Amino acid sequence: MKASNEKAVAANPMAKKKLTGTGFLLIVTIALFFVMYIAGMIVFADKGFANAQMFLNLFVSNAGLIVIACGLTIVMITGGIDISVGSVVALVCMTVADLMENKGANAYVALLMALVIGLLFGVVQGFLVSYLEIQPFIVTLAGMFFGRGMTAIVSTDMIAITNETFMKWAKFKINMPFGTVNRRGDFIAAYIYPTVVIAIIVLIIIAVLLKYSKFGRKLYAIGGNQQSAMMMGLNVKRTKFQAYILDGFLAGLGGFLFCLNSCAGFVEQAKGFEMDAISASVIGGTLLSGGVGTPIGTLFGVLIKGTITSLITTQGTLSSWWVRITLSALLCFFIVLQSVIGTLKKKK
Amino acid sequence: MEHNVILKMRGISKTFPGVRALQNVDFTLRSGEIHALMGENGAGKSTLIKVLTGVHELSAGTVEMDGKKIVNHSPQDAQNNGISTVYQEVNLCPNLTVAENLFIGREPRKMGLIDWRTMNKKSAELLKSLDIAVPPTQMLEDCSIAIQQMIAIARAVDMECKVLILDEPTSSLDDDEVEKLFVLMRRLREKGVGIIFVTHFLEQVYAVCDRITVLRNGELVGEYETKDLPRVMLVAKMMGKDFDDLADIKSGHLEKKFEGAPVIEAEGLGHKGTIRPFNIAINKGEVIGLTGLLGSGRSELVRAIYGADKADSGKLKVNGKEVKINKPLDAMKLGMAYLPEDRKRDGIIADLSVRENIIIALQAKRGMFKLMSRKEMEEAADKYIKMLQIKTASRETPIKSLSGGNQQKVILGRWLLTEPEYLILDEPTRGIDIGTKTEIQKLVLDLADQGMAVTFISSEVEEMLRTCSRMAVLRDGKKVGELSGDELNQNTIMKTIAGGEENNE
Amino acid sequence: MSKTSEKDTSFIKKLTGNRLFLPIVCLVVVLLINLIKTPTFFAISINNGVLYGYIIDVINRASELVILAVGMTLVTAASGGQDISVGAVMAVAGAVCCQILSGGEVSVNEFANPLVLAIVVALIVAGICGAFNGLLVSYFNIQPMVATLILYTAGRGIAQLVTGGQITYVRVGTYQAIGGYIGGSPVSTPIFLAIITVVVVYLVLKHTALGLYIECVGINGSASRLVGLNSKMIKFLTYVICGVLAGIAGIAASGRIYSADANNIGLNLEMDAILAVALGGNALGGGKFSLMGSVIGAYTIQALTTTLYAMNVSADQLPVYKAIVVIVIVVLQSPVFQKFLAERKAKKAVAVEGGQK
Repeated sequence: MKASNEKAVAANPMAKKKLTGTGFLLIVTIALFFVMYIAGMIVFADKGFANAQMFLNLFVSNAGLIVIACGLTIVMITGGIDISVGSVVALVCMTVADLMENKGANAYVALLMALVIGLLFGVVQGFLVSYLEIQPFIVTLAGMFFGRGMTAIVSTDMIAITNETFMKWAKFKINMPFGTVNRRGDFIAAYIYPTVVIAIIVLIIIAVLLKYSKFGRKLYAIGGNQQSAMMMGLNVKRTKFQAYILDGFLAGLGGFLFCLNSCAGFVEQAKGFEMDAISASVIGGTLLSGGVGTPIGTLFGVLIKGTITSLITTQGTLSSWWVRITLSALLCFFIVLQSVIGTLKKKK
Repeated sequence: MEHNVILKMRGISKTFPGVRALQNVDFTLRSGEIHALMGENGAGKSTLIKVLTGVHELSAGTVEMDGKKIVNHSPQDAQNNGISTVYQEVNLCPNLTVAENLFIGREPRKMGLIDWRTMNKKSAELLKSLDIAVPPTQMLEDCSIAIQQMIAIARAVDMECKVLILDEPTSSLDDDEVEKLFVLMRRLREKGVGIIFVTHFLEQVYAVCDRITVLRNGELVGEYETKDLPRVMLVAKMMGKDFDDLADIKSGHLEKKFEGAPVIEAEGLGHKGTIRPFNIAINKGEVIGLTGLLGSGRSELVRAIYGADKADSGKLKVNGKEVKINKPLDAMKLGMAYLPEDRKRDGIIADLSVRENIIIALQAKRGMFKLMSRKEMEEAADKYIKMLQIKTASRETPIKSLSGGNQQKVILGRWLLTEPEYLILDEPTRGIDIGTKTEIQKLVLDLADQGMAVTFISSEVEEMLRTCSRMAVLRDGKKVGELSGDELNQNTIMKTIAGGEENNE
Repeated sequence: MSKTSEKDTSFIKKLTGNRLFLPIVCLVVVLLINLIKTPTFFAISINNGVLYGYIIDVINRASELVILAVGMTLVTAASGGQDISVGAVMAVAGAVCCQILSGGEVSVNEFANPLVLAIVVALIVAGICGAFNGLLVSYFNIQPMVATLILYTAGRGIAQLVTGGQITYVRVGTYQAIGGYIGGSPVSTPIFLAIITVVVVYLVLKHTALGLYIECVGINGSASRLVGLNSKMIKFLTYVICGVLAGIAGIAASGRIYSADANNIGLNLEMDAILAVALGGNALGGGKFSLMGSVIGAYTIQALTTTLYAMNVSADQLPVYKAIVVIVIVVLQSPVFQKFLAERKAKKAVAVEGGQK
């Protein structure tokens, strides 16, 4: 870990040459990911870090995060933010669990409910941010507390999910043509869960949306210069509103994927998840000031977060708090880098 | 004759709380003409443009396009009605490519998805047809301001506007770039577009414009064919006759002889990117004017002295002693005071009271731990409210509810309270009613008589002639000359500002 | 007739125009509801030389919040943003304090190090946390909420690291007194801490120009620089102050439970503090501020919390109601909404005039 940090710092002098390219931050991120992962493969080779399954687990355990971070990337491109997503995940998990276990609903209804919750958050928060022009931070901070509180209103006890259909979805293994050979020489295929497939599909759809749709380009225009976007005849308020709705929807969907992974609902679930999503997005090259960012970058942000988690759990003796601290430190490093690059650009 | 009129504005009035920005103004634009909208600062040009483009709602009057009455509630409405605007500050998105900036909101699509290849191809064609040399895939932020300006025009043109408004597009362009822009404008004129050209540059008006409409103090002075209106007449129309009674303000103030070290002496002082190294000396009791067009570096020069932009080269002496100024507070402690150009952005602290706005500079100078007593503050505030005849309900009224002129007086009071040796006034009379203007001009001369060194910056040459005993001229971020004595007349100043031979009439 | 009504409206206008009008009305409303529901709400009894009663309980429990609200007010005024890391900083301060007192043990019955040392170090660490936020906000121009989000998430982790992942208990009377009662005092120590904090900050604002400077910087940073104020430094300072105050609150909270519980000290208090500032009539966008407003706001929030508890709302569910209150306040404060109201009023006035004609 330390080694990789040093690498990142060592890569910094390069910054001076390539500052103009907005892709610079993305390159740092991708390089950082590979350096970290390869370092992990070398250091923890004996603990199976080099296994294909280990790599796929990055996706398996972070499928929900990928979807939600995509949503955050969308609002952050417009220059906004959403810190309610962690609570939305908790609320979705709890509601889904409660519906299926206590109210006898089937898994499809639960899924629908998850999406509706996300959408509702998106609509309300989006309206307050775009039409009433309230700071997105305050709005979504309130959303964050509201969501967490609602979770407790649904139930304060932990609910483990046992619903058959749901568990079938959750445990459906999709085997890969590659894998590892165990000591006895048997081939064990590496696998993923459907959540990963959904996350990847969402990622691709969002990537296409941002690059090839009018809506997507409007988001960038607004983030680049809101005043100009308005002057060029774009409907800034409506576009922002739509961005938050989409973000909310993705939070709902991501929450459901998260639930498929955790198979339970409890009040303290996904605490600090908003931080993971924001970090992933920022580390993946999304500018906090808006206008720049790609889902692909965000994917790498998520993978870096996943790698940090794997490294720390594989290491074994470090407390799990280190994951959050390292991630915060990394986020801090990247936003300071963004700020410095922004200042240099302005000076030029 | 009137058959090719495309835009007709009649009886336009616009009032802001406390200010009448436009009063019963008429404006007519014909297709295939370039029509200059002229007037000094505060004449109402930008308000008229903003009313036309729907940024502001008009208080009274009608707008007709092609004989049909239209109402624009937003720039978007205006655009839909065929009115496009290109501002001095480019309204494009720096994080998008040139092609996207041209086509955003109306991108060519294939099967619902944006067809980047067609968009780039179309952009390349458009740029080529207008002779703009830039690859469509380049990021806008990597283009020069001139190119960005032209891209903005290209966008407007491609959206088939009938009326194109160019709001001071040339302020940040060099001569070559301006010439290219003119070529573009003439080409558009041939295509039948009506162009409204707002500018401060007289030469440019005479180079491309067919017709001139002059505004002054929010009122229409008149509409003229360019060929019928000699330059001197235009200047006279813009400046107006209202000032005649002021012409001899200065006569009471005798020429002075300056002795001893100058209060301010700069040698090679400069700030990268805004003002090239300059020398200047300012004496006790002297009013020195800085003139030049907007963006010529006249504000930047004083900002470098005051430390608002920390000078990165050269030496500065105050009363003969070399000093280092890192921040405004250093300058204040050396007896400087600076009334900034943009009152709203850099001057007033809107929500605070008149009293607090007056004492803040002195308080900052004294330091955090030496809070002035309430009584001291009130006395200071009352003194300047009285002395400068500030019209305010009370000293506790928030400054934002005062009129522009009174706000400016409060700021002036703020600096006089610090008892400066050297006072910098950057456009102190902009957007202020005539009466207050005169008062401020008189005050400046009185202060100089009392021994204060003053630097006075204004866009109105007349005003400068009345108050300054010496003038420094700036062009393109460089000090290009100093004028005094007999040289202080409109002609010489204009010539020096313009520079080169182009100015020979 | 018209004259008297004019007078009346002007009096009402004066009253409602007062900055403390909204916060006081809110407080009165909450107290009245309580009084109706619990007639003994204002009753105070003395038991073992200590005051008891609902109202005393509200004042006691509000102490940490009051201290936080003071810091939050300054930060909000100067930077136009909020510090959402205060709760986490409380946890860090509590952890540092307890860890020094316990000398690394999980549970101790006597101090391993002097109390003064522990408190001073804890406050310094809290100040450093504040300085970190301030550095990001004022010198790197990062939005306050994003900058403080870092410590908001990392803070509790750091506190866990400090205590080695355990809950450190300091079972010493002197330490418990910080959260309890000193000597024969009839009211608890946190109440004193809150009062002392408010008084000290009030005196500092009254006798130095800091308050004026903060307002200036919050309203117009660029103009402030030109009149000789060091805008960045002043912003930075407010964050440091906010950090130190969070430290004081953290020590008080830790004294109450004579332990360092990294997960629960100051939990959800950042929201309450922001709410107190907003309820106190302060614009969350910065500028002019009222310290007293925030203090009243803080007591109002605590009264509200106590009320909700009395209505059998669990601690976990509380944030729902507070979130709604925050949204209502910011919507009321928002320029768009106010403009909308003004327009409606104008339309109504026109309609009335038309009707009269």
